[in-house]
Amino acid sequence: MSFDPKILGIACNWCTYTGADLAGTTRMKYPPNVRVIRVMCSSRINPSFIIRGFQLGADGVLVGGCHPGDCHYGTGNLYARRKLAITRKILDFAGMEPGRFRVEWISASEGNRFAEVVREFTEQVRTLGPQTKFKITKNGQ
Amino acid sequence: MSRIGVFVCHCGLNIAKTVRVPEVVEFAKTLPDVVVAQEYKFMCSTPGQEIIQGDIKKHRLDRVIVAACSPLMHEKTFRKVIENAGLNQYLLTIVNIREHVSWVTEDEEVGTRKAKALINGAVYRARLLNPLTSRFIDVNPNVLVVGGGIAGIQAALEVADAGKKVYLVERTPSVGGHMIQFDKTFPTLDCSACILTPKMDAVNQHPNIDLMTYCEVTEVKGFVGNFTVTVKQKARYIDHEKCNGCLACTEKCPGKGVSEFDEGLVRRKAVYIPFPQAVPQKPVIDRGVCVFFKTGKCRLCEKVCEQGAVDFEQEDRFEEIQVGAIIVATGYDLMDVKPLVQYGYGKYPGVFHSLEVERLFNSAGPTGGKVVLRDMKTAPRSVAILHCIGSRDKNHFEYCSRVCCMYSLKFAHLFKEKTEANIYQLYIDMRAPGKAYEEFYARLLEEDVKFVRGKAARVTENKENPEEAGKLIVEVDDTLAGQFMRIPVDMVVLSPAMKPRHDAKDVARLLNLSTDKYGFLMERHPKLAPLSTMTDGVFIAGACQFPKDIPDTVSQALGAAAEALTIVTKAKMELEAATAVVNPAACSGCMNCVNVCPYGAPQMNAEKGISEINEALCKGCGLCAASCPTSAIIARHFANDQIMAEMEGLMEMEM
Repeated sequence: MSFDPKILGIACNWCTYTGADLAGTTRMKYPPNVRVIRVMCSSRINPSFIIRGFQLGADGVLVGGCHPGDCHYGTGNLYARRKLAITRKILDFAGMEPGRFRVEWISASEGNRFAEVVREFTEQVRTLGPQTKFKITKNGQ
Repeated sequence: MSRIGVFVCHCGLNIAKTVRVPEVVEFAKTLPDVVVAQEYKFMCSTPGQEIIQGDIKKHRLDRVIVAACSPLMHEKTFRKVIENAGLNQYLLTIVNIREHVSWVTEDEEVGTRKAKALINGAVYRARLLNPLTSRFIDVNPNVLVVGGGIAGIQAALEVADAGKKVYLVERTPSVGGHMIQFDKTFPTLDCSACILTPKMDAVNQHPNIDLMTYCEVTEVKGFVGNFTVTVKQKARYIDHEKCNGCLACTEKCPGKGVSEFDEGLVRRKAVYIPFPQAVPQKPVIDRGVCVFFKTGKCRLCEKVCEQGAVDFEQEDRFEEIQVGAIIVATGYDLMDVKPLVQYGYGKYPGVFHSLEVERLFNSAGPTGGKVVLRDMKTAPRSVAILHCIGSRDKNHFEYCSRVCCMYSLKFAHLFKEKTEANIYQLYIDMRAPGKAYEEFYARLLEEDVKFVRGKAARVTENKENPEEAGKLIVEVDDTLAGQFMRIPVDMVVLSPAMKPRHDAKDVARLLNLSTDKYGFLMERHPKLAPLSTMTDGVFIAGACQFPKDIPDTVSQALGAAAEALTIVTKAKMELEAATAVVNPAACSGCMNCVNVCPYGAPQMNAEKGISEINEALCKGCGLCAASCPTSAIIARHFANDQIMAEMEGLMEMEM
């Protein structure tokens, strides 16, 4: 059986989470690999969340927010964009494959986009195989 | 140690079809701190709610998890449920196993596993939740209505009649919108002006309405109950306080502009009222075509004005108003048909679009109601009305614009009434779903109108026989007769798509709304909250949401007015309690939070050298918490430990 990746999704309440809801309402089908946590704004996301996600065994982390300029809180996702760009650099520096971390701006009306991103990202992470770089196993290593 | 109850909903078969609910319930019972797990067909129904409330008491639950639809759907419902059973509403966790699991998954095994993982995450998070106390704020009782078409007018009158103050902002010099351009309205054929002008007058006269024409909203700050709105009053160069509406200025003015109201069919003066029944009955000067503004000489209007109302020094003014709720009724644009070169609009003078034809029919229009070609004297002897121009078209707008079939039928009737012309209707499908609409269609079938089922392919002047000389030839595949047709006519009427306003995106940004894939303003829920938006306190009505006819627009306007009134009739309203708070012991006073917050909620306490968050201003986005280098800020309800715990719960479960 091929490797089935486990992906952590973090989505903002107003755009990406609602977009994901729309994908559901319109009955789009996408792989079950992404498990989504809801935060109010992508700016709530601390880089440590991403790293923690990998430590907890996520094979990939997907972050979703409103399109830049469309943030429910005005400027939140602009801060998020910068913070996540730095997060990517930290991950690169630590040797994490760049393909395991993805940031997408998906609006509340883009249910199909959400489904598409999940499909693409799941396949991408699948080809990268299990993530072992950051993962902390139960026995301490 | 907490005592958690997990309640899993079947949602009929919506969830139960792809999630094995009994298995999920058994799984939930094994999770830490879970003392009871139950399932029910419809958890949101009264019996479902009673199960939850009963268990809260019976098992002394202090946390409730409802695995059902999206929290955006029923979080509020279930918060009430647990609060009524004596539990703090913030001790509820919703697990979205419908939109995020059953509806997007085909395989039952896969769906069940994903549902379990999400519930596992929720249990981990629920254990760390804290009760929160709701805040109450004063509500400003005023309402802002943006857009003075039929939707805005109706909404404004309704709110004003309920005794609340309304600011009605319209960007053109008069209220009335598209509806006042129409001649007759389908299917009853009552005259548009006769039913609308009394309402236009009413918004001007109403003691509770502050009518602001030639104005635009430029900034919106604040939040539901307390919006601060900046309105720009564009310079009219006429002092409306002094002007008595005699319109002597408009007679003398040598300036020449194009009448927007008459769809460019005629010219207007530089100082003008857009149409004779305009409200207010006071002119504005169009700076772009005014002779004085262009050459520095003229001032004829100033000379004839006995009131001394002309003021060339006037500048744009900005006014700040306070409102508790906002209704957006900004309407639609007609699609620009020029780029559709196959139909020859702009190339052949005999091709018109529907709004132009409305003006030709209108007795107050440029021709006094005579239906003529662009030479303004020849009556057409044959007319083809082309449906679905740009609508139901993958290359332009996929949707049906909903009103074109009906107004095209209306046109056919009016052409028959006013001319001797032969009328052709070129339609794809005749759509008449409305009260008395089908009957109107049946009536037209009796009126000697030729119905051709097929989408017009092209309009051309290339004649193939002498009979076609001097005519416009409409080429169409008649799909009922199964043959290609060439129809020679004098006049072609295009029924173009209704599309979002060209600046709908700017309006959306201004008010923090979402737009759909076409650019129409998006409702909070397509069925259950069609007038609400993702921004609390902002409602939408009319064609800014999607093409619709007048009855639907008016119904929406009344609904939006009711929605706005439910907010502004309250003295106080409850705000989300999930705000940020500073742990003073950990704060270093770095000012990061002060600098990033879009609402100015964190403020420096100079004496203590630390930051403090003003809860009344905090909207709970959590940006400050993520920006705090010492983790001194806790984003309540979305705290680090709560999020990390949920992650752990989600990631612990194997695929």
